Amino acid sequence: MNSDLLTILLPTLALTGWALLLLLVDLWIPREHKGITAVLAAAGLAAALGLTLSQGRLPAMTDSTVMVISDGYALFLDVLFLASGLAGVALAHEYLKRANIANGEYYALLLFSVAGMMLMAHAYNLILIFLALELLSIPLYILSGINRPRLESEESALKYFLLGAFSSGFVLYGTALIYGATARTDLPGIFAALQSAPVNPVIFILGAVLLLVGLAYKVSAVPFHMWTPDVYEGAPTPVTGFMAVAVKAAGFAVLGRILMAAFPTVGKDLTPILWALAALTMLVGNLAAITQKSIKRMLAYSSIAHAGYLLMALVPFSNRLVNSDVQASLLFYLVAYALTGLGAWAVVTALEKQNGDGLKLEDYAGLGKSHPWLALAMTVFMLSFTGIPLTLGFWGKFYLFRTAIEGGFTLLAVIGVVTSLISAYYYLRVLMYMYMRAGSPSVERAPWLQVTAVAAALAVVLISFIPNVLLNLAGNSLLLLP
Amino acid sequence: MLENYYPLLVILSIAVFLGFLVVALGVLFGPRRPTARKGAPYESGMVPYGEGRRRISVRYYLIAVLFILFDIEIVFFLPWAVVLRQLGVEGLIGMFLFVGVLLVGFVYVWKKGALEWE
Repeated sequence: MNSDLLTILLPTLALTGWALLLLLVDLWIPREHKGITAVLAAAGLAAALGLTLSQGRLPAMTDSTVMVISDGYALFLDVLFLASGLAGVALAHEYLKRANIANGEYYALLLFSVAGMMLMAHAYNLILIFLALELLSIPLYILSGINRPRLESEESALKYFLLGAFSSGFVLYGTALIYGATARTDLPGIFAALQSAPVNPVIFILGAVLLLVGLAYKVSAVPFHMWTPDVYEGAPTPVTGFMAVAVKAAGFAVLGRILMAAFPTVGKDLTPILWALAALTMLVGNLAAITQKSIKRMLAYSSIAHAGYLLMALVPFSNRLVNSDVQASLLFYLVAYALTGLGAWAVVTALEKQNGDGLKLEDYAGLGKSHPWLALAMTVFMLSFTGIPLTLGFWGKFYLFRTAIEGGFTLLAVIGVVTSLISAYYYLRVLMYMYMRAGSPSVERAPWLQVTAVAAALAVVLISFIPNVLLNLAGNSLLLLP
Repeated sequence: MLENYYPLLVILSIAVFLGFLVVALGVLFGPRRPTARKGAPYESGMVPYGEGRRRISVRYYLIAVLFILFDIEIVFFLPWAVVLRQLGVEGLIGMFLFVGVLLVGFVYVWKKGALEWE
């Protein structure tokens, strides 16, 4: 037996097994007591987190078939995914009861999706990357439609499924062409083939671009973002929060790994494409967010904009000198974005009504008076999204811009700064509604949501005083380069 | 490379030629006495009535999906059975795990009542 494979994938396999058990056990849990399923799911995620951490930093290694890899990069992301999964459980429990869709399947599917993400972080072969992508996406197609009698939810599921299947097709076609050009599907093999064997450049670049396009769909980079607002708006809010944070992180994880481990030698061909993608995504995401009336759509466009900032970190991927900075700023920003995003979505979930109302900006009027803690948390998240100092978002953007400038892409950093300024308009508008407009917002009694929101807000503020600790952690989580 | 497929090309052209030949012979030498009945799309079938597009119970799709699930299981089983000796114990365990996962799905579907027709 290939024991390295088992060692590397142990937490992932344990989580998958637990999800299967959960699916079975849930059948005998009555509908009024779905809280038990939620607790079991959280216990599974926490156990997998403990297992991941106790494995600690395995020596960076691949298994003998070069299918999976364990390195600091994967470990860091595993922790991020599992923590997002825990937040996904905390966000959902009360919401599902309120919306009268207390299905145990939610938790099992969430666990499957997290397992897919972990597999994605460890995948070292294009075939396995594709499989992980599917394992991560298919549960989410179902989850976005879990609010079934509501038409928006069904629309969201169908759109997500169609576009997701489409993007999977791009990934597969890209993989096929890359295999055609290099005769390899493992990332170090592709890297070696590019350096030694004569590779048909047209076929290879075409394959690489198709792969990029497929992944750009997943992380909703402009111009492949059209599905995002509709899907995010229609899906149940906790699912949206999970998608906006964890799926994006998984997409960038694999994008970073492919670019840095397999494609560093074709940087001069891919960098302009990434540059254009990043610039377009930042501009379109932020400009489109301005006109949104619904907070869910606004945050959807904001997540597109943040995908642009994250793409900016990857633009100098082929420059070996800034390679460690690229990884560190990418991972740092993913953490900052995850904390901010999950917190903001928790607040949105707390204000949503049973019938799907309470998602307009006007519904936030007067929140500062009636629920000062929640409003304060939301303030922190909005400032962190904008990138105002004393929040984690500021440091995240700071390191991103620094990486871009070090890589020699000053114009891109300028676009980043300008679009951040633009974004201040619509983020601060939420604050204006909360504190300067009178109103009587009704907040659902949902202790877990408030705990999540306040804990995330605290983390966003407190870690911003010691950004170096997190940056060093991210910087030491090195990706194994061939 | 491609010349290996030369026999296939020969077979293909013979097949196409024979097909045309048989139809052409029928047209050339066969008697022809058309009636309305003979011209109908399905001469020996039932007389068509109603519209071609009808609503079909969604349960059929459920059954179809379940069928595909277990059909694919067979697709994996056949090549596995052929090379089972080379795979050894590892292959046996792997297949048991695979069937176990399918079994979980089956129990789920059963308990959810998807197999009950009413």
